[in-house]
Amino acid sequence: MVLNCKHVWGCISAYLDDGLPPEMRDLVQKHLDHCEICSVILDSTRNILILTADDLVFTLPVGFSERLHARLDQEMTG
Amino acid sequence: MIASILAGDTQLYHQLIRPYERSVYMMALSYMKNEADAEDVAQEAFLKAFHRLATFRSEAKFSTWLVGIALNEARSRLRREGTLRMESIDDTPDEGGHTSPAILRDWREVPSEALERKEVRQMLQQAITNLPPIYREVFVLRDVEELSNLETAVALSITVANVKVRLHRARLMLQKQLAPLLRNMNPKRRWIPWF
Repeated sequence: MVLNCKHVWGCISAYLDDGLPPEMRDLVQKHLDHCEICSVILDSTRNILILTADDLVFTLPVGFSERLHARLDQEMTG
Repeated sequence: MIASILAGDTQLYHQLIRPYERSVYMMALSYMKNEADAEDVAQEAFLKAFHRLATFRSEAKFSTWLVGIALNEARSRLRREGTLRMESIDDTPDEGGHTSPAILRDWREVPSEALERKEVRQMLQQAITNLPPIYREVFVLRDVEELSNLETAVALSITVANVKVRLHRARLMLQKQLAPLLRNMNPKRRWIPWF
């Protein structure tokens, strides 16, 4: 069985999560070894996931913790 | 610690929730789209969790339970405002159509140092915020907050199969939206004209 590009696009997320069955992973890997388009899609997706997971992207607003705990205190004692 | 809080040592609640402040805020932000409303939702969620602490069952993960409360708070607020599209809880893994990625000819990795630039951070935030809600919530829990497929499924009351399908589509949507932008921002990239 040979996979075409669209098959591989449908497997990208599972491939990145190491969630493909071994036979399917091998087929995807074989395709990636010779298909530059799919390799670039995989690399760019992986890179974007690394960037979006970085704590710098979403940070708590300044003073969030202080305001939260002050409100909790108010509620607990009120 | 929960037993002590329930027994009356309520100050311990501050300590209990500190590790989860970011997750709850992120969940709220993924719905509310602005920081002030997200903070309000997060505060309400922590207050509700405090009042409902006796209902927490130790077989569940505390973080998943908290995120679930934040999610319900955000959804009910949007519902009150009339801005939440009602979604079927029976969504199947085949929901929606196909999502195709951006086709590029080359890719040079964007290093994490690029996040020092405000414009890059804003671009990533905007792309995630722009995802349709059912994809955004799964993406935030799985890829930003790094919950497992099962924890995400429990928090959102959907199946693991649906988590995987939605996550896949969310990732490809982000690749499609972000890859061309990030590629153009990479100063080290050599421009190869298309003939």
